[in-house]
Amino acid sequence: MTRIPLRPLARIISAREKGEDPDLIEAENIRLRHEEMRDLDRQRAEGRLLLLALGFLAAFVVVGARMGVLASVDPQEPHADSTSSRVTSTRAEIVDRNGMILATNLVTKALYAQPEQMIDKATAARRLAEIFPDMKADELLRKFNSGRKFVWLRRKLSPEQQQKVHDIGEPGLAFGPREMRLYPNGRLAAHVLGGVSFGREGVSWAELVGTAGVEYWFDSFLRDPNRDGQPLQLSIDLPVQAAVRRVLNGGMKMLRARGAAAVLMDVRTGELRALVSLPDFDPNNRPRPLTRGDASDSPLFNRAAQGVYELGSTFKAFTAALALQSGAARPDTMIETRGPLKKDGFVIKDFHDYGPRLSLTDVIVKSSNIGAANMAAAIGADAQKAFLQKLGLFDPLPLQLPESKRTRPLLPAKWNELSTMTVAYGHGIAVTPVHLAAAYAALVNGGTRVRPTLVKTDTVQQGPRVISQQTSAEIRKILRQVVTRGTASLGKVRGYEVGGKTGTANKPDPQGGYYEDKVISTFASFFPASDPRFVLIVTLDEPVETSGPKPRRTAGWTAVPVAAEIIRRVAPLLGIRPKIDPAPGMNYTLSSY
Amino acid sequence: MRLFLYSLSALAVIALAYWAYNENYATQQALRRVEALQREIGANREKLSVLRAEWAYLNRPERLRDLVDLNFDTLRLVPLSALNFADVSQVAYPNPALAAAARDVRDPVDLSAQMPKAAKGAAR
Repeated sequence: MTRIPLRPLARIISAREKGEDPDLIEAENIRLRHEEMRDLDRQRAEGRLLLLALGFLAAFVVVGARMGVLASVDPQEPHADSTSSRVTSTRAEIVDRNGMILATNLVTKALYAQPEQMIDKATAARRLAEIFPDMKADELLRKFNSGRKFVWLRRKLSPEQQQKVHDIGEPGLAFGPREMRLYPNGRLAAHVLGGVSFGREGVSWAELVGTAGVEYWFDSFLRDPNRDGQPLQLSIDLPVQAAVRRVLNGGMKMLRARGAAAVLMDVRTGELRALVSLPDFDPNNRPRPLTRGDASDSPLFNRAAQGVYELGSTFKAFTAALALQSGAARPDTMIETRGPLKKDGFVIKDFHDYGPRLSLTDVIVKSSNIGAANMAAAIGADAQKAFLQKLGLFDPLPLQLPESKRTRPLLPAKWNELSTMTVAYGHGIAVTPVHLAAAYAALVNGGTRVRPTLVKTDTVQQGPRVISQQTSAEIRKILRQVVTRGTASLGKVRGYEVGGKTGTANKPDPQGGYYEDKVISTFASFFPASDPRFVLIVTLDEPVETSGPKPRRTAGWTAVPVAAEIIRRVAPLLGIRPKIDPAPGMNYTLSSY
Repeated sequence: MRLFLYSLSALAVIALAYWAYNENYATQQALRRVEALQREIGANREKLSVLRAEWAYLNRPERLRDLVDLNFDTLRLVPLSALNFADVSQVAYPNPALAAAARDVRDPVDLSAQMPKAAKGAAR
């Protein structure tokens, strides 16, 4: 830029010659220069403003465009950090105490139809009816023509069925992914596991919801996605459960019983190692509950934890324990057994006549109803009630099964002196076999209460004390003699000192009174007697043993041999060292060389 | 000098832009790979659960018992009983001569000829 001098010499000289003020020229030039500078500044400022405006415009356009994009596209999970948190959506597995699978999931497909997209509805209906025998072609066709846009056809498909449906080649038939629950062991532990069904479902997903057993009880636990697919570990021991079921099933068939139940419980931890109720069902194909008739006729009925039975003389052990604990008697105290005993128009009789008196031990060993009734009468109703309450026989089972919460023991309506006497030998009170197992565990484990549990714990329960250590030892000794020289003499198992008490109770007739020839026979046992580890309850419904001249129904001939066989089979599996001499010819020498 | 600085910074910007571009694409590539791997893991997990289910199904006690019954002639398996337990005191001390021989042996040698009859049965 050319700079014009403020006082150009030529103009100053000519102005002086004309007598003009030369300062005017300078002022004029300064003004011109200032104007020029102002124009330049404005131009520059305008340029900057424009640039700024452009900058803001660009920024707003970017923000606006981003907002528009975010608003219009489908939301997407950020996938950059998806490795850190893995969420499993599947239902957790159920395993036994050794980690063997009891329940797991399988991926399968559900079949649905979209009639609007179907080309040949009649052929599709006919061929579907060929693949699935339970579908009717005309019924399917009516569904396809009903104007609905979407029809569910089947919840679960096997891969073969899926291939066959593919082969129809109908574009209106489509599959949705599904998970199904699989119980690989079939009938084993069916009552413990229960079952699942589909809850809410969409085309591409469906909830599995527990409907019974531990599947129901632990439903939210099994579905919790935060647990990262960790399985639920039960206390059940699969090989033991299998052995118990097999022996019990054989015994039930042989004795022509209507049903049977067995409970094997750890006396210290309260863990149920086996819980069998027969007849049972396949949880993979759960039968429908009975809509009429007696619920206990259904295989779904859990005889071990749901069925309440009068368990008969097995209750005499509680009467004896109470008598010993209260200090009213010693094991050798003599008890009146003269009969029959008449009370309020009710007659208490014994199976045999045991003479005028027996020692307390012999009352239990020979199972005298009159002796037990006399003992209880001497102790009184209040003490008896308090004792049975402490053993947990009055409350619903604290077991992780939905049915056990609903099942209350049946108690006498009015607990008078007669009830005291009948309850002493197990009549007039009905509990489940698991109740009995828990109560026996408390009697023999040193005298502390245990709560039965279906979850693996491995911690010894520190329950409230029910009887003293000494009473527990005395009771163990008495119950051991029931097997060595008493009513349960068929219960001897080589190597495992079995102790226990038999119980045979006539079944109540729904019309009133009791059946003469239908009994519930029970053997409540524990082993080894010197240091009990397990309690086994075996209950048979209407068993009859016909090898003798007269049919025999007492527990000593029915439940006891079955229980003994169970103990013979499962005690080695439970890792209990037998007290036994080895079989001859067994040599362990040099085999490692 | 100034021109040099300008051009240097311009080159630096170009180089950084190129680096950022490369990193961006490398990251996207890695994410795609992660996604693919995760899909693969999911598929494998599914396969694994099927195999586990099948394993559990094949090992169900009922089937194993049937197999044992079928193969009784070769396996001679019977349920574990109290007779299968023994006490440590019932394990006999090794034959001293044989034990000494075994200790001296450098290379494995078949000692079965020297063994008493009963021990041979046990070793088999």
